[in-house]
Amino acid sequence: MTAAPPLIPTEGTSMSTHETGGRLNVPGTPIFDGQTSRRGLRLNKMLMSFRSAENRERFAADEAGYCTEFGLAPEQTQAVLDRDWTAMIDLGGSIFYVYKLAMMDGRSMQYLGGVFTGMTEEEFQAELRAGGRRDG
Amino acid sequence: MADVLWGLATSHVPSIGAAMDRNKTEDPNWKDLFDGYAPAREWLAEHEPDVAIVVYNDHANGLDLDIVPTFGIGTADSYPVADEGYGPRQVPDVIGDPELSLHLLESLVDEGFDLTVFQELEVDHGLTVPLSVWTPDPGDAWPCPVVPILVNVIQYPQPTAARCFALGQALGRAIRSYRDDVTVGILGTGGMSHQLAGSRAGFINPEFDHMWLEKIETDPEALARLSREELIREAGSEGIELIMWLIMRGAMHEQVTKVHSHYFLPASNTAAGIALFDNRTA
Repeated sequence: MTAAPPLIPTEGTSMSTHETGGRLNVPGTPIFDGQTSRRGLRLNKMLMSFRSAENRERFAADEAGYCTEFGLAPEQTQAVLDRDWTAMIDLGGSIFYVYKLAMMDGRSMQYLGGVFTGMTEEEFQAELRAGGRRDG
Repeated sequence: MADVLWGLATSHVPSIGAAMDRNKTEDPNWKDLFDGYAPAREWLAEHEPDVAIVVYNDHANGLDLDIVPTFGIGTADSYPVADEGYGPRQVPDVIGDPELSLHLLESLVDEGFDLTVFQELEVDHGLTVPLSVWTPDPGDAWPCPVVPILVNVIQYPQPTAARCFALGQALGRAIRSYRDDVTVGILGTGGMSHQLAGSRAGFINPEFDHMWLEKIETDPEALARLSREELIREAGSEGIELIMWLIMRGAMHEQVTKVHSHYFLPASNTAAGIALFDNRTA
């Protein structure tokens, strides 16, 4: 996985990144910890709002405006508009929340897995059917 | 004396529910999973409890990230099925048992487990998929009322495996101090090994899963000694949710009788396990 992009300068946030900072270091494994959750709070709250059909429609009508309404940082808004799934995770998105946007786009968890691992959805699916991926 | 009748450990992967909702259970990619459920379902249909406790985690449906309770309990009359982003699953709403909920809450708080109380809660696949694994065709209603117990497994630091096992043991004592002759089914949900994000996405560890399936029956204390880091490393960043099986197991007797278990992969991105235990002493 590529290094995390520059952090959003959030008040009181330390400089931990998913894979290099914090108390745990499991290679290739983002740890959704308290600092990550602090960084991602606005983004995750917006993704949570997609539980309602009305909000899904409002987002579809004006994605950037909807992001602004929820107070996303510019990098987070850009990641959402670009459907940069890796950046959304790096910028504090929880996979369960990010997945709500993917579902709206008709994307599967296997598609996201392919994005995170540099594979097509079909290749990723094939690895799962072959018994899953191992470390590295 | 009220007591646990059985314990059912099962994955709660949303695609298992989707496969059932879309009549894909005979599909070659799914058939072995559902065939593996059949013996457990037959036994469960003959052993219906008065009430069920489902230990599960929410996935951004009933709870936001502005409040992250480590442990919680529902005390409502009923729990609506959540819209997870594509409309609610077409399954019955869940009927609660507030009297049992409040008894468990008081007993657990007295033992030092300070659970957060949910008077309103929409339940997502984490709770409804295990109910579907148990009862594939519920008709208008699930077999019995349900008490939801919630565990934070999404945001680090999750509770330790040891704490989950101890909570289960206290839960067992709380159940056994409830009014006469009520029978309880307890479901521990989640797992098995999987990781959804990062360059290790797609990680599955069958050796670890088989070890877990064996020791959840014979030596849960050994599983309770695993650290958070060991769980994330060996079971994946989302596989750590297996700690919820330890709450179920802790509520049961030291000796249980395995009725059935089955292991399948992949269910979506996940290794799926089921293990059913009879808690009655011979």
